[in-house]
Amino acid sequence: MFKMLRGVFGVLCLAHAALAHAVLNIEIIGAGEHQIPVAIVPFAGDAQLAQAINEVVSSDLQRSGLFRLVDPAGKAPHEPGEVNYADWQGADGLAIGSVEQQANGRIEARFRLLDVVKRSELMGQAVSAADGQVRAVAHRVADLIYEKLTGDQGVFSTRIAYVNRHGQQYRLIVADSDGYNEQIVLTQNDPIMSPAWSPDGSHLAYVSFESGHAVVYVQSLYINQRKVVANFPGSNSAPAWSPDGKQLAIVLSRDGSSQIYLVRADGSGLKRLTFSEAIDTEPNFSPDGQFLLFASDRGGSVQIYRMPVEGGLAQRLTFGGGANFSPRHSPDGSGFVFAHLNNGKFYIASQDFQTGQMQLITDGGWEKKPSYAPNGKLILFASEARGRGILATVSSDGRVRQHMFTQNGDAREPVWGPHL
Amino acid sequence: MKKLIVSIVLVNLLAACASKKPPESAAEAPKPAPVAAREEPRAEPAPAPVARTEVDPLNDPNSILAKRSTYYPFDVSVVQEEDKPVVQAHAKYLSEHANRNVRLEGNCDERGSTEYNLALGQRRADGVKKMLQLGGAKAGQLESVSYGEEKPRASGHDEASWAQNRRTDIKY
Repeated sequence: MFKMLRGVFGVLCLAHAALAHAVLNIEIIGAGEHQIPVAIVPFAGDAQLAQAINEVVSSDLQRSGLFRLVDPAGKAPHEPGEVNYADWQGADGLAIGSVEQQANGRIEARFRLLDVVKRSELMGQAVSAADGQVRAVAHRVADLIYEKLTGDQGVFSTRIAYVNRHGQQYRLIVADSDGYNEQIVLTQNDPIMSPAWSPDGSHLAYVSFESGHAVVYVQSLYINQRKVVANFPGSNSAPAWSPDGKQLAIVLSRDGSSQIYLVRADGSGLKRLTFSEAIDTEPNFSPDGQFLLFASDRGGSVQIYRMPVEGGLAQRLTFGGGANFSPRHSPDGSGFVFAHLNNGKFYIASQDFQTGQMQLITDGGWEKKPSYAPNGKLILFASEARGRGILATVSSDGRVRQHMFTQNGDAREPVWGPHL
Repeated sequence: MKKLIVSIVLVNLLAACASKKPPESAAEAPKPAPVAAREEPRAEPAPAPVARTEVDPLNDPNSILAKRSTYYPFDVSVVQEEDKPVVQAHAKYLSEHANRNVRLEGNCDERGSTEYNLALGQRRADGVKKMLQLGGAKAGQLESVSYGEEKPRASGHDEASWAQNRRTDIKY
């Protein structure tokens, strides 16, 4: 599985010019309540690499909100025999290891995770990646540590997609979950909107205005190939994949107001799902594929609704003051996250299906377009800071936030990709 | 820039007329002329080309047709009272010039999601389209699209900018 992943990334690198080190500044704000103290020691051999493994691992773990990083303070054991457990009393977990770049360019890291309290080894593993992809190795190490210590699946090796707007130029970008390792999927002088990952991570659906109006495309990330999914008069937009990857929910204005339709990924088999005079948009499939969430102004203000994919009555889910946009199911299907507009501020909010209670996850500002990490523990969204559109993440409990400043222009329309 | 495009289109159009049916164009030209002719002599007395007595009112900066945008309050898509005469004038022009086409481009301010704004901009453009049709323009002359919040005219995050961005442009 892991080898396959690396191979796939290699192809992606070849197909699209990479932007080297375009993310320069990451700020982490806040602290979780029950954080696991861990120390990630610099790996032996790190100095020969472009990027220190332990720095990427530490940053990943910290961003999750579930860990508190303990400074190794110059101590650098690389083998279990070199560890003096008394030195590490502030930490529960201790990661040590070594890394080397082989003659063919392959990066291999060997690491161990030690339980400081029990003075035992929790895990020992080798992780490797081709073409000097140090960050990929580090993200995988962080995933393994995260999984061992929390019991949840790690998401540091997953990818995100977003749109960068710089002057007249728009770029559709795929990057690592921490915003690094950017690869350009599409560059043009017309707007790009609403990227959406296929469930297997092999394709992006998106909206492009290159032909003069909004058209839905599906593009492969591995080969240079894309298809038009919907190009009717008016606007074609808001693509959302069904969990089996066979269908897309899209929004068309061809029959009047913007309404939700189902269509096969090749553009065939169009079927209208909503029949209102209102705007119905931003469909999102439930993980079991049975329901759609969407935003509609059918009740006056824009609110979130849910309806069966088979068609039928829609049920309103959000009430109270303000307007609500961009709903997305949590990966376990128990609730959803959305953008809440109230008194001129956008917040990221979530709501549980059972309780119907809305919770604000952020403090409010210009925060839009949230999407869950595949493990449901982090939320990626578009925010604004220092007059620029930026990417941000927040732990799903709202306690730890991270701002990612990309190099130029505005980052918009982010969406978190699936496990590969 | 806009004027430049319009005049280029016009030149092409006139050239097309001239090459295809020279005798008829001379005969037909006077018919719509009186409408525009009343104001024209004052506007440009000397440089008026000898060959063309009809000057397209679209080129007259004093004509109501020079207004090519409708504006909206927040989250509203119906054409406002003050903009109705503009749309009606374009409807009349289009009904009298069956060979002219327009593209209606709906835009929104940045409040709302990009997708909701795309739909709202489409509804704005479609509203103008419907009013043009009611005023005599044919569906085949009209195309409505939306840019949502993607192509703001003003980039500020304030009401002054947002008011500029909530509009439909009528583009010939």
